[in-house]
Amino acid sequence: MKLIVAIIQPDKLEEVKEELYKEEVNLITVSEVLGHGRQKGVTEIYRGAKETGNLLRKIRLEIAVNESFVEPTIKAIVKGAKTGETGDGKIFILDLKECVRIRTEERGGVAIG
Amino acid sequence: MINSGDTAWVLISSALVLLMTPALAFFYGGMVRRKNILSVLMQCFIVMCVLSIHWVLIGYSLSFAPAKGFWGGLQWFGLRGVGLEPYADYAATIPHQAFMIYQAMFAIITPALIIGAFAERMKFSAFLIFTLLWATFVYAPLCHWVWGIGGFLRNLGALDFAGGTVVHINAGIAALVTAVVLGKRTNLNRNVPTPHNMPFVVLGTGLLWFGWFGFNAGSALAANGLAVNAFVVTNTAAAAAGLSWALIEWWHNGKPTIFGLCSGAVAGLVAITPAAGFVSLIPAIIIGLLVSGFCFIAVTMIKPRFGYDDSLDAFGVHCVGGIWGALATGLFASKAVNASGADGLFFGNPKQLLIQFVVVALTILYAGTMTMIIYKIVDLFIGVRVDEKSELMGLDLTQHRERAYTILE
Repeated sequence: MKLIVAIIQPDKLEEVKEELYKEEVNLITVSEVLGHGRQKGVTEIYRGAKETGNLLRKIRLEIAVNESFVEPTIKAIVKGAKTGETGDGKIFILDLKECVRIRTEERGGVAIG
Repeated sequence: MINSGDTAWVLISSALVLLMTPALAFFYGGMVRRKNILSVLMQCFIVMCVLSIHWVLIGYSLSFAPAKGFWGGLQWFGLRGVGLEPYADYAATIPHQAFMIYQAMFAIITPALIIGAFAERMKFSAFLIFTLLWATFVYAPLCHWVWGIGGFLRNLGALDFAGGTVVHINAGIAALVTAVVLGKRTNLNRNVPTPHNMPFVVLGTGLLWFGWFGFNAGSALAANGLAVNAFVVTNTAAAAAGLSWALIEWWHNGKPTIFGLCSGAVAGLVAITPAAGFVSLIPAIIIGLLVSGFCFIAVTMIKPRFGYDDSLDAFGVHCVGGIWGALATGLFASKAVNASGADGLFFGNPKQLLIQFVVVALTILYAGTMTMIIYKIVDLFIGVRVDEKSELMGLDLTQHRERAYTILE
C-alpha cells in the first residue's frame, strides 16, 4: 500500500479529479494549503507595508492506494495537473503501513478501496 | 419655494441610493470566487470616488442642463449656476443641489451594475477608463434624452419613473455586450464557479432592498402621496418576485434556495423601478410574480444555450427585468395613481405600450452599440482582459496586491 500526496495548482483540481475517475480512483481527500517552491509568491502591500515572497494557495491531494493503482494514479495526476510551467506542483509517494476501515474494522488492502 | 419635508426626504433618499453601491459590492462580491472578492469591492468603491467627481464637474451638466440634442448643455459645468434655490422644471420644492446629488447616486450605481458581467477577468486600469467613457458617452446622453429638459424621449411621452431604461436596461445591455466582447472566464466549462460567500449575497440583497426605497420612493422628489405609492409598490413587487423565484426553483429543481430568493427580490426591484410612480398595488404584484419567471429563463436556459459568460447575471436580471418593467409600465400605468403620468394599455391607451417599446428598443440599440465601440477602443490601447495567469491567480493578488482571507495568521 502507498499513500500518494500531491500538491497542485487550485485551478487544476477538476482536471485531476476527472483523470483519477477515469482510472477508477474514487477515494481522495483534498485540502487547501499554502506554499511555494521555485515559483515565488506575489508581493502583497497593506497600507504601504510590503510582505514579500508571500505564499500562494495550493491544493493537497491525499490518496491511499494498493500497489497496482500506484502508477495509474501518478499518471492521472500528471495528466491533469501538468502545464509545463513552474508551479505545477509535486507528487510524493510514501509507504503506507496499515489502513483500517472504521465501519467494519477491516484492515489492509481490502480496507483501502 | 423650498419645502423642508421634501428636502429632508430627498437628502435621505440620496443617502439610501448611495448605500446601494456598497450593497451591490457585497451582492456581487459574495458571488465571485474568494480570490476575486476584493477586486469587485474595489471596482464598486472606485466608481463611487471617480463618478462622484465626474458628476459634479461635467456629468450633471451633460445630463440635465437644458438643451436640445445629443447631450445636455455645458452651462452647468462644475455646478456653475446650480445653487441652493429650487430649479422648478426638475423639482420646485427642494434646492437644486439636492436634486443634483440625488441624481449623482444614480449615475454612480449604473456603471457599477455592469461589473456583474466582467467580474473575475477585467483589467483594473481598463475598467477605470471604460467606466469614465461609458458615463460620459452612454449614461449622460441617455439620461438627458429620458429625463433632461429638451430630451427627445421625454418629449415622446415615455414613462420611466425611477430609471428602468436609464439605469437597468442601459447597464443590462452593456453587460451583455461586455460578456460577449470579453469572452468566457478560463476553465469555465470544467469548473463552474460557485459563490464563495452566500451570506454576503444575502446581506447585499437586504441592503439593496432597503436602499431601493430611496431609489423609487425618492424619485417622487417630494414627501408626498406619490412617494408613498412608490414605496408600497416597490416593497410589494420585491416580495412577490422573491417568493415566486423561490417557488419556481422548488418546482423546477426540487428545493428553494436563498440565492434564488435574493435573485428574485432584486429582479422584482428592477422591474418595479420604471413603474413605481404610475401603477397601483395589484399590477405591482403581477409585475413581481412574472419578472422572476422571465429572469429565471434568462439565467438558467438562455445563458447556457448561447454560452455568453455574464458572470453574475447583470444582463439576465437587470436588462431582462428592466425590459419587462418598462413594458409593464405601458400596460398598467394609470392616471388615477399619477395624474401627470399616462394611462397604459389596460386603462384604454395602447399607444403608451408602443412608446415604451420604442424607448426600450432605442436604449438597447444605442447603449449596446456604444458599449461595443468603447470596449474596442479601450482594448486597442491597453487591452481589457487580464492575462490567463493573472486570472487563475485571482484579481485580488494580481491587480491589487492584497487578499481578502488569510489561511495562516
